[in-house]
Amino acid sequence: MVAIVPNYGVWLAVILFAIGMAGLLVRRNIVFMLMCIEIMLNAAGLVFIVGGARWGQADGQVLFLLILTLAAAEVAIGLALILLIHRRYGTLDADALSRMKG
Amino acid sequence: MPVAFYISTLIAIAATLLTVTRYNAIHALLYLVVSLLSVAVVFYTLGAPFAAALEVIVYAGAIMVLFVFVVMMLNLADMTSLERRWLNSRMWIGPGVMSLILFGEIIYMLVAGPVTAQPVHYVGPAAVGVALYTRYVLAVEIASMLLLAGLIGAYHFGRRHGGERPGREA
Repeated sequence: MVAIVPNYGVWLAVILFAIGMAGLLVRRNIVFMLMCIEIMLNAAGLVFIVGGARWGQADGQVLFLLILTLAAAEVAIGLALILLIHRRYGTLDADALSRMKG
Repeated sequence: MPVAFYISTLIAIAATLLTVTRYNAIHALLYLVVSLLSVAVVFYTLGAPFAAALEVIVYAGAIMVLFVFVVMMLNLADMTSLERRWLNSRMWIGPGVMSLILFGEIIYMLVAGPVTAQPVHYVGPAAVGVALYTRYVLAVEIASMLLLAGLIGAYHFGRRHGGERPGREA
């Protein structure tokens, strides 16, 4: 039972990624969609950590750090965009923005 | 140690499901913080304490503060009654119980010592730092440029256009 802990880590990442993707597809509130993207990025980082733990290398944690940087930059831009959308359209519904398409 | 891994795995899945299915943004954020904390405990059980600390500090700390800040900013009308309705005592029970379980796990692991499961190798902060500043120096530079781009982009989007009181953010 002990010997399969890393595989269960990968399964946890898969489940978290699936939940995040399902939420991203189902929810129409932009704040919730951004949260689901955070969940998916977190799951991707978990895979790197599990890989680093499996082979005993520091590279997994380094790549997790880079994913963390990416998530921080993404959330800053995303929240600024949410503020802009809320100011311009007065709503957080993503469907309200579908008239933006050309 | 595997027991701690399984318990925090279950908490992570439950908290993430509750995050996605909440209607209220603040409730979802509470469960999202619990989810990130449980993933941090999973990192710790996988022998990556540095990543666990970063997960708590950056994800559950800084990024969630940004989320809470924006969610509070978007609901400016009648803030006190809204907050009283959102943060009533019943709402704290779910995330509080999950956080207490995680806290108990951490205390147990600190007392029992850092024993990791057999196929899992412990990789300490020193090894990560050495790898980060020898082989991955270029990646660190690229990450810093990415953060700079994020800063400039957030400032650009947050700026009021049209010239009315340009110094004041929304």
